[in-house]
Amino acid sequence: MKKLWWAVPVVAAGAAAVRRSRSAHRSDERAGDRWLTVTINRPPTDVGSEGKLPPPLDELAERIDVRIRPAPGDRGTELAARFTEPVPAASTSVPARLAGQDPRQELRRALRDAKSLLEAGEVLQPDAPPTTRPTAGGRLVEVFTRRSGGEGVL
Amino acid sequence: MKALCWEGVNKLSVEQVPDPELRNDQDVIVRLIAGTTCGSDLHLIGGYIPAMRAGDVIGHEFVGEVVETGSAVRRHAVGDRVVVCSFVGCGRCWYCANDLWSLCDNSNTNPGIGQALFGYESAGIFGYSHAMGGLRGSHAEYVRVPFADYGAFKVPEGIDDTSALFLSDSVPTGWMGADLGGVKPGDVVAVWGCGAVGQMAARAAVLKGAERVISIDRIPERLAMTERYVGAETIDYTTTDVAAELRERTGGRGPDVCIEAVGMEAHSDGPMHLYDQAKQQLRLQTDRPTAVRQAVHACRKAGTVFVLGVFAGAVDKFPLGAVINKGLTVRGAQMHGQRYIPMLLERMAAGEIRTSHLATHTLPLDRAPTAYDMFKEKTDGCVRAVIRPQP
Repeated sequence: MKKLWWAVPVVAAGAAAVRRSRSAHRSDERAGDRWLTVTINRPPTDVGSEGKLPPPLDELAERIDVRIRPAPGDRGTELAARFTEPVPAASTSVPARLAGQDPRQELRRALRDAKSLLEAGEVLQPDAPPTTRPTAGGRLVEVFTRRSGGEGVL
Repeated sequence: MKALCWEGVNKLSVEQVPDPELRNDQDVIVRLIAGTTCGSDLHLIGGYIPAMRAGDVIGHEFVGEVVETGSAVRRHAVGDRVVVCSFVGCGRCWYCANDLWSLCDNSNTNPGIGQALFGYESAGIFGYSHAMGGLRGSHAEYVRVPFADYGAFKVPEGIDDTSALFLSDSVPTGWMGADLGGVKPGDVVAVWGCGAVGQMAARAAVLKGAERVISIDRIPERLAMTERYVGAETIDYTTTDVAAELRERTGGRGPDVCIEAVGMEAHSDGPMHLYDQAKQQLRLQTDRPTAVRQAVHACRKAGTVFVLGVFAGAVDKFPLGAVINKGLTVRGAQMHGQRYIPMLLERMAAGEIRTSHLATHTLPLDRAPTAYDMFKEKTDGCVRAVIRPQP
């Protein structure tokens, strides 16, 4: 039994994520077409324009609306994007998100990667292989890490 | 290569793992000279930090030699002896640019986990769970260091490996507590915890001109070490009433700045400790905030409490009423090491900061699990166990 104790925080973290996402969903009927936004520590001219998007966001150019504007307080540039066609509610459900079927995950990842490339010049890659021992608990963590880059409050 | 791996709750072993590779152009590979146990590792080992996987390499405080550099590395070359900040910062996001390095936007490869737990993710840290980026730790023969131009610092000739090692985390963490806690000349500062970080926080308060620095612990050799090497007064909380003692030593006012350097597995000799233990073991709270509660109560009106210890989640019975009604400033942070390490190297070279006494034991990597056992149980006066891949 003691061996299972370690999994409790993992499950708690998962539960917190699900709870957060559910409460967000309940109170946010616009979840599927809300602007997803990153603030980039570069001037607007470095970030681009609606006709010239930074990579890898440019690969989604045909499917998204983009808004670029200066951030207040000398904090750089706000880069916002959302799908032209709102994401169906079914795609934003927790099972769909765990299965990687929420298209917003691709958009979030593209926004984060664009920010990293513009600010730091590269997207930090995790170590590989991430670990050396496949276990049941490890696979549970892997589910979260696999989706983590496309999830979050962004 | 050999590495110390987390294999489950309270289970460590030295395993063969693949050698690290350059994964980004700004990476370097460092051959480990020495690493050290850290109290925050005990939270990982004990299963209190989420998102660990069996086989994860732990360790985050280290000194080593650069053996390979990525094509975009400009400030380091093969052969450099470097101390590496435990937190990884890209150096160019708004947080890094404003010297808030442990909040870097671009160094945590699993941001969604941290955002679910905390609202926003922290920076990545070596060997500290997949929630904190999943980067491999440093208790190994080699480690990959991302954004090395910003997080690795050349160690001057006059500073030995063991002394430099603690600039990776313990010294800058302690310094940050005094600095962001606003310690200034004339202050009375109380520090909970006489481990390495607590000692360094107390030393920072001394160097920043505090009138009196009072450190609190229960381990006799750590109290003696703090008096001898740090220059602080001490209180043994098992033999006296800490709050009454602090009132008496501060003219009844209470300390101006209280620095908590204990963390989520705090001990005390009062009934609240049993309460906290029970709730933590039942996972009804994730952390034991015993020392934070004491600090909040002891602090003078309109004083500052700085939380340096590592906490992961939610705590119970937090005295929020005292914060409001005494007008306290409560602040905390993970360590913004890149902000302080260059200055601290100079202070160490000048003899203002000593750390070699913290390394009470040295063991080879093969015996790293024993090192952690000694460190956890504080056997044989262990304050920090230094782990060397090449004995």
